[in-house]
Amino acid sequence: MITADYFLLCLGMGLVTYVPRWAPLVALSRRSLPRWLEEWLDLIPAAILSALILPALVTAGEPRQLSPWNKDLLVAVPVFLFALRTRSLGGTVVLGMALYWLAGMVLG
Amino acid sequence: MSDHAAPTGKISILKDGIRAAWPICLGYIPIGLAFGVLAQKAGLSAAAVGLMSALVFAGSAQFIAVAMLGTGAGTAAIVATTFAVNLRHLLMSSALSVPLKGLRKRWLTLFAYGVTDESFAVNLARFREGGWDWKRALTVNHVTNAVWVMSTVAGALGGALIPAHAFGIDYALMGMFLCLLVYQLRGRMYVLTAVIAGTSAVAISLAVPGNSYIVAASVIAATAGLFIRRRWPSLTASSPPVAEDKR
Repeated sequence: MITADYFLLCLGMGLVTYVPRWAPLVALSRRSLPRWLEEWLDLIPAAILSALILPALVTAGEPRQLSPWNKDLLVAVPVFLFALRTRSLGGTVVLGMALYWLAGMVLG
Repeated sequence: MSDHAAPTGKISILKDGIRAAWPICLGYIPIGLAFGVLAQKAGLSAAAVGLMSALVFAGSAQFIAVAMLGTGAGTAAIVATTFAVNLRHLLMSSALSVPLKGLRKRWLTLFAYGVTDESFAVNLARFREGGWDWKRALTVNHVTNAVWVMSTVAGALGGALIPAHAFGIDYALMGMFLCLLVYQLRGRMYVLTAVIAGTSAVAISLAVPGNSYIVAASVIAATAGLFIRRRWPSLTASSPPVAEDKR
């Protein structure tokens, strides 16, 4: 059963999610960007990925606390080195899963 | 950016798109199932779950919304939270606007729907390698979206029957992000930016609840990186991009 309230909720959530996805694409892809902005945007992917990864590896709990000794980080080290060496996306994903599974069995 | 042109056949576009999308899909399936199970326990039907996944397509915001629904939060509060949680896409779409320069507005409108942390990172890495175009990127966005919607609905229908945490599948997206980060480390400047972003993200995440640390740390790091590059150009000269990927 989908109520009108629930439909409106999803619509609202969808709208506020969609607009930030859409506006920069339409606004920025039409013009040539200043050099500094292109250089800045060029650094954004490395920054975002690192900002997504590191807190997920070294913090835990609610409220978050530093907890660097966990299997997520333990597995991340060899997986990162493997990615550096092979640059294989599929291989890295599979190795990460295998090591994480193994770590779960060994460390509980 | 794409030096060598990609083949234009529909089949080859679809194939390339799916090949690039599979690690994302692998990561989405367990998360989608988990979301479906959770939402169903919170009283949402499979259709309601599918509706939210199709209209919103944003994993963490959906989890938060269901949790908030459980506590009786109002629509306005949930929508405002969703906005805050998903504001980071602003940065991702800004970065994607560079390789998508000049694309027609209606395709950008269709593309924007599928911009996620994962599709953003995969597509940008592919654009940089070359042999990638907006049609392939759009395929990645929509294949991953379809898998997300289906996994969440499957979770609501019978996800409790599927063993959780099997085969380390919970680590699929982390493994993918680690490799995508490696792709981005194309010189000293990028490594430095990533280190600044990572450390400030950890610091901010410990001090401020929520996920604003992603945007804050990324903006701080890219700005610091730009400043350092301008200030000491010789120190941070990037090596020319070497063979990016051996796949």
